[in-house]
Amino acid sequence: MTAWALWAVAVVVVAALPAVLSLFQIVQLTVFMIYSLLALSLDLIWGFGGILSFGQAAFFGVGGYFYGIVGINSGSTTLALTAGVAGAAGLAALLGYFTFYGRVGAMYFAVITLTVTLILHQVMGTTADPRYAVGQARLGGYNGMTNIPSLALEAPGRAPLTLDPVQLFYVVGGLLLLVLALTRALVRSSFGRVLGAIREDELRTELLGYDPRWRKLVTFAISGGIAGLAGGLFAGWGNFMNPQVFSMFQSALVVIWVMVGGRGTLYGAVVGTLVVQSLTNYLGTASVTYTTVALGAVLVVIVLLFPRGLVPAIGGAVRRVSGRRPPAPEFAR
Amino acid sequence: MDFVAVTAFGILYTIATLILLALGLAVIFGMMGVINLAQAEFLMVGAYTVLAVTAHGASVWIGIAVAPVVVGLLGLVIERTIIRFLYGRILDTMLATWGLSLGLVGLVTLVFGPTTEGIATPLGHFTVGEYRLSVYSVFVILMAFAVLGLTYGLFNYTRFGLVARATMQNPNMVSALGVNPARVYMGTFAFGAALAGLGGGVMAPLTGVVPTLGLAFIAKIFITVIVGGPVILLGTTTAGAVLGLVESLVSYGSTPIYGQVAMLAFAIILLRLLPQGISGFWRRGV
Repeated sequence: MTAWALWAVAVVVVAALPAVLSLFQIVQLTVFMIYSLLALSLDLIWGFGGILSFGQAAFFGVGGYFYGIVGINSGSTTLALTAGVAGAAGLAALLGYFTFYGRVGAMYFAVITLTVTLILHQVMGTTADPRYAVGQARLGGYNGMTNIPSLALEAPGRAPLTLDPVQLFYVVGGLLLLVLALTRALVRSSFGRVLGAIREDELRTELLGYDPRWRKLVTFAISGGIAGLAGGLFAGWGNFMNPQVFSMFQSALVVIWVMVGGRGTLYGAVVGTLVVQSLTNYLGTASVTYTTVALGAVLVVIVLLFPRGLVPAIGGAVRRVSGRRPPAPEFAR
Repeated sequence: MDFVAVTAFGILYTIATLILLALGLAVIFGMMGVINLAQAEFLMVGAYTVLAVTAHGASVWIGIAVAPVVVGLLGLVIERTIIRFLYGRILDTMLATWGLSLGLVGLVTLVFGPTTEGIATPLGHFTVGEYRLSVYSVFVILMAFAVLGLTYGLFNYTRFGLVARATMQNPNMVSALGVNPARVYMGTFAFGAALAGLGGGVMAPLTGVVPTLGLAFIAKIFITVIVGGPVILLGTTTAGAVLGLVESLVSYGSTPIYGQVAMLAFAIILLRLLPQGISGFWRRGV
């Protein structure tokens, strides 16, 4: 009952925000919600699958570049967004096949995903020459890919309607709530329960007759697809993509969002992203270098002092002070 | 004929740099099981040490000698303040060292600025037929195999090596025999950091020095150590040889970037076939 009330509140808040905020804040909040989708994709694979992936930024970038390439060539942004999701999910599935079916350990998996991200960064950086183009779309190296079409509503038999910032805000907000609801349904389904069992004890789950390999593969592909969706939306939001999305900085940000919000809660990923990005924006008048140092320090401090996440730690402290019993966790840890 | 000799020399050089750069990680990750994502920044600090020493008028050789000391001490401090709280929590160690990596890049950028600084390559050139090769790259190859040999000797034929290997296998038993495992971990981590400092220092005159220097290497060295598998030093050497060969052959045929892509793809397929790494079927040892 309370869950339904919370969903209703979330929908109402998203619906009401454009009336309250300035246009600039709406545009900012749209990109924060896109980042929230990216954080959500990591929480699905890390918090519920127990698999730490440093490659979410790679899927985000691949989704964005696919959106750009297909969008520039076909002119249809619906097709472009679909291509972004499919491309990222496909890359995740390919990577998952080689690692999960090779039974590569969790830490090797993390390193391999990081390596793939870094190599994509370098490869995309060398594509400045005009001959690196897919159809009409020039990849553009470190200068980035420009003139990516804005997201538009398309209906058969009508001219496409390019979304204005408020409409884009509603589309992104709606997609975020939809993906949140779908991933929540996924982790509460029998598939999700088995996934939780694999996270807790893979060998025992396998001996009970469940094959962990394809379940991890499917979860990773879904997670990659969500990151690809975020990347496509990002490209449609900013009309621009560059290899910086594959950088260490960007990959670390995704992990920090989820760590601040707390793993294994889904909504925590969204909260963490909104909090961290708002703070970064607030403090961000200093140079990127200071932000990098601060980001690194935050990561070290959270791992050392609050390994289960900042928001859960604050929640726990509040509960201890007020003397209430903690609620039963969704999965016992 | 000259072309064949020069190509072979190029391949040997690629393999040697891979081994030299990956050796510190092989000790820290391979022996201790600590995934240190700041390893590439240890290389970078080593390179900056050489830059700072030469900027004060001393020769490159003094810089290369000082680099492992500086980075070894840095490793010691990091082990005491961060790593030692995280033994056994592999993923947390990764995250913390990743933060450390970002922080070190940021700090070095603040101190030295974001630009690439060159260090003059010493020793000049020699010629093979119509090709000119630098004498320094011969030094790099010799250095790689000398350091490999010394590390192998240290872990297999000295008391420190014996105690270190025993501690990695069974810290409780070692502790019962009167050795403090915490000190052994500390020493091994600092040694691995010093190796990285040496590698970064030796490579500095060839690559130029920039705060993001580590990024160019981190992917390569992790792949090399992972593909190497459980027999740490010889496995890393073999993996370095195989992957270095793939990388340089593809690089000669196209561009260095495709060389790296081919190396990564090859490594992932190899791990699908040999999940334990190349040395997975060998007798366990260092």
